[in-house]
Amino acid sequence: MDAKDLKVVNKPAIKMDALGLACGEPAFTDDMDFTGLLYAKLLWSPHAHARIKKIDVSAALKVPGVKAVLTYKDLPRVPHTTAGQGYPEPSPYDTYTLDNKVRYVGDRVAAVAAETAEAAKEAVSRIKVDYEVLPAVLDTFEAMKDGAPVIHDEEDSKNIPDAKHNIAAKFDFEVRNGEWFKEADHVFEHSWTMPYLQHCAIEPHISIAYFDNTGRLVLRTSTQVPFHVRRIVAQALKIPVKNIRVIKPRIGGGFGSKQEVLEDIVAALALKTRRPVKLEYTRKETFISSRTRHPATCRMKAGVKKDGTITDAEMEITLNTGAYGSHALTVMMCSGSHTIPMYRVKNNIRFIGRSVYTNMPVAGAYRGYGATQGFFAWECLMDMMAAKIGMDPVEFRKMNYIKLGEGSPVFKAMGEGREGVEQVITSCGLFEAIKKGADEIKWAEKKAKYASQSGPIRRGVGVACMMQGSGIPEVDMASATMKMNEDGSFNLLVGAADLGTGSDTILAQIAAEVLGIKTDDIIVTSSDTDITPFDVGAYASSTTFISGGAVKKTAEKVRDMIIEVAAKILDQKKEDLRLEGGKVVAKDGSSCSLPEVANTSLYYYNQHQITASASHFAHTSPPPFQANFAEVEVDTETGKVKILDYVSCVDCGTAINPVLAEGQNDGAVLNGISHTLSEEMEFSSNGTPLNASFRRYKIFSAADTPPLRTFIIPTWEPAGPFGAKSVSEIGINGPLPAVANAIYNATGVWLFDAPFTPDRVLAAIKKQAPSPAAGSVKLLH
Amino acid sequence: MKNGMIRTNKGFFEITVTVNGEKKELSVKNGEFLLDALRRHGWKGTKKGCDTGDCGSCAVLLNGKPVLGCLAPAVTAHGGVLTTIEGLGTVHAPHPLQRAFVEAGAVQCGFCIPGMILSSKHLLDRTPDPTDAEIRKALDGNLCRCTGYVKQVEAVKNAAKRLKAKC
Repeated sequence: MDAKDLKVVNKPAIKMDALGLACGEPAFTDDMDFTGLLYAKLLWSPHAHARIKKIDVSAALKVPGVKAVLTYKDLPRVPHTTAGQGYPEPSPYDTYTLDNKVRYVGDRVAAVAAETAEAAKEAVSRIKVDYEVLPAVLDTFEAMKDGAPVIHDEEDSKNIPDAKHNIAAKFDFEVRNGEWFKEADHVFEHSWTMPYLQHCAIEPHISIAYFDNTGRLVLRTSTQVPFHVRRIVAQALKIPVKNIRVIKPRIGGGFGSKQEVLEDIVAALALKTRRPVKLEYTRKETFISSRTRHPATCRMKAGVKKDGTITDAEMEITLNTGAYGSHALTVMMCSGSHTIPMYRVKNNIRFIGRSVYTNMPVAGAYRGYGATQGFFAWECLMDMMAAKIGMDPVEFRKMNYIKLGEGSPVFKAMGEGREGVEQVITSCGLFEAIKKGADEIKWAEKKAKYASQSGPIRRGVGVACMMQGSGIPEVDMASATMKMNEDGSFNLLVGAADLGTGSDTILAQIAAEVLGIKTDDIIVTSSDTDITPFDVGAYASSTTFISGGAVKKTAEKVRDMIIEVAAKILDQKKEDLRLEGGKVVAKDGSSCSLPEVANTSLYYYNQHQITASASHFAHTSPPPFQANFAEVEVDTETGKVKILDYVSCVDCGTAINPVLAEGQNDGAVLNGISHTLSEEMEFSSNGTPLNASFRRYKIFSAADTPPLRTFIIPTWEPAGPFGAKSVSEIGINGPLPAVANAIYNATGVWLFDAPFTPDRVLAAIKKQAPSPAAGSVKLLH
Repeated sequence: MKNGMIRTNKGFFEITVTVNGEKKELSVKNGEFLLDALRRHGWKGTKKGCDTGDCGSCAVLLNGKPVLGCLAPAVTAHGGVLTTIEGLGTVHAPHPLQRAFVEAGAVQCGFCIPGMILSSKHLLDRTPDPTDAEIRKALDGNLCRCTGYVKQVEAVKNAAKRLKAKC
């Protein structure tokens, strides 16, 4: 089978929840009213590092309307991780629902539930805390030194490799085929840094906890991982999993931030008060006290021969995981495992990874998941090597990228938190992606044109290539259930968590393709732990590939059951029947409709419900590939960088829904562009966040956005449902290196620290090319 | 007391406002913002993304002009005409803008979309044939993290064409 045989898949079906959302139908967590609802507010730590000597809640309890005030004294002390990952989570168990120690400005101190939000706020302000302020450490390299303040000095935390040196996770790996850099004609070594970045889902973190008519706890929550929420809340509060139901309504974006289980505290307040309780983070709280991207320092050293062969590559990445080690190991490993295999390295490969605790906000999963940090370094280094040996950066990449049928020792050595799996590339459209992108940006023409420029305004073009994964092999699992209705429609129940990505729609398209029906004959229910079967959730670019695989298997089982019934109705052999156009059609042209099949099974013959379930996991994680091209203009007098054009060519295998796939990629790329030119969380010298608002942490608006073009390069991935791979994350990895390389092309200046704000760009220009006379900048080329 | 607004005993004001074509008497709390009052009275399409006037998710049209519900005191709507996303169209009878957003694939998570559609409505009311730059300027106050704005600009253009054809 290939793409031309497809009738529903690879077509732009309308996103099934879009009209309701566009009409403002109540759909999100907070769009439902609860009688007797209490409002939760948390007291956050004002100190980066302190021990709670004394905490007095008596005044808070006296505020009218206050129903509960919780401190660490009121809750079980259970070390756990907030990382919503498969069990056992590869993140250290270093977090407590509430603790007698605070580890960053914005850490939880206490929680209040009251009849009104105002009363809750008032009560929070009346909690008296006597802190013993401890020395804080805000920098990763300082934190690793002997004698640095120990952030996790508690004895009951688990799986911290070196708490004394604040190391939350470490991983080293080496492939040795001879002496390091022996064959290299040129060796390069530089460090690239990335700051604290926030996801900025427009819907803040919000959860409502309430009880059903049997007294079970229900969490209606904005999450990417409903089943992990159920498990981790049960663990943290010591209640049975069977007493919890997690409902995921529509979600207002996540990008990784909602892969984090923060629902324990609202659940604890509901259990204490036996009332429905809502916890809604403010935007400021979302910035500071939800999760961020891991800030990184990525040092890379690589050797290249004059003929373009990459001889050796070493990556040393140091991630700042903040006060807790959520995703500390896995993001760090993915920064190497998703990036190093991108290009063939002839002799030696080394990866040195550390995730380090500091008294700063907590990092977690964020679209790109380490690959964003790694590719910034690797792709800039690629251009440095190309420039040195006098090769066009596009040609240098074409020569070295991992080709169809090739593997990498990194795939096996580095998984997510453990050993990976051996795999070879089974689909790759990178050659076509590079060609298409180069054509669209007019690479050759512009390279020639921009080779000789004068004046303060300079233009340049840059390229970056990247890959990601499709789910975590032999870790991620998804399942689905389908049942048939009288009118030939179907219910599809999936654990997969649509967080705005359109996964409900693309999963329905996969089922519809198998059953020969229209997408709108499938009614999708996603992610309710009481109703739908298990799925790890929406992360690791897994939904299309893993959940899609489960839906395809389920639909195939249902198809076989339909054929079984139809064979009786039509008096035909099963092997002569196929599903097509809402009917079961026989080779001789006779047919019966799906409603006939459904009614026969439900009411007349061998009565049964046509229904099936299936699960899916994968032994490989086929990477999607991308080539990105940026054209920029740099004002060398002000340092202002303007992106004139941005082209992103993506190989995601078969795009199950090309319009939704383009939208996913446009959004990922713009998030990356916003990282590149604008975003950075700022802190005072004592670790207090300074710009925790959309006004002062600038994400790109419609008017800021440069021309942005996504092109889908079709390939067929044999392991994926109808040839599909992932698409959601990869696009965020391109803009930093593509724009950095374009700035180099324009000015001859390399940028190593994101974001490329005018002050940084100007400083880099001045540093590299000290002006011989005031007012004129001499640029190197 | 402005325009005969009545203050009731528990710090509530009774205001008269036409919401989506229907005249309503709404009680609003002293100091309550329009966003919170609308949501409390059941218009859940108006969203709270930042509560500081920066994201545009709470935009509604007051007397035809976009206002940020999180910054406008609810009492300012007294005597006025409000349009929320629910007043533009329904799933059974959507407004051409709502249809265009859906068909262009401009709705991902959908949280910013009500505000964005209302900003677009205000644009098309004044500028029936907008340029790309005019659309981007009109949507500038509505932040979206999902889409890259590409398909939303396309949606507004398509809606403009459709609305013009209707005239």
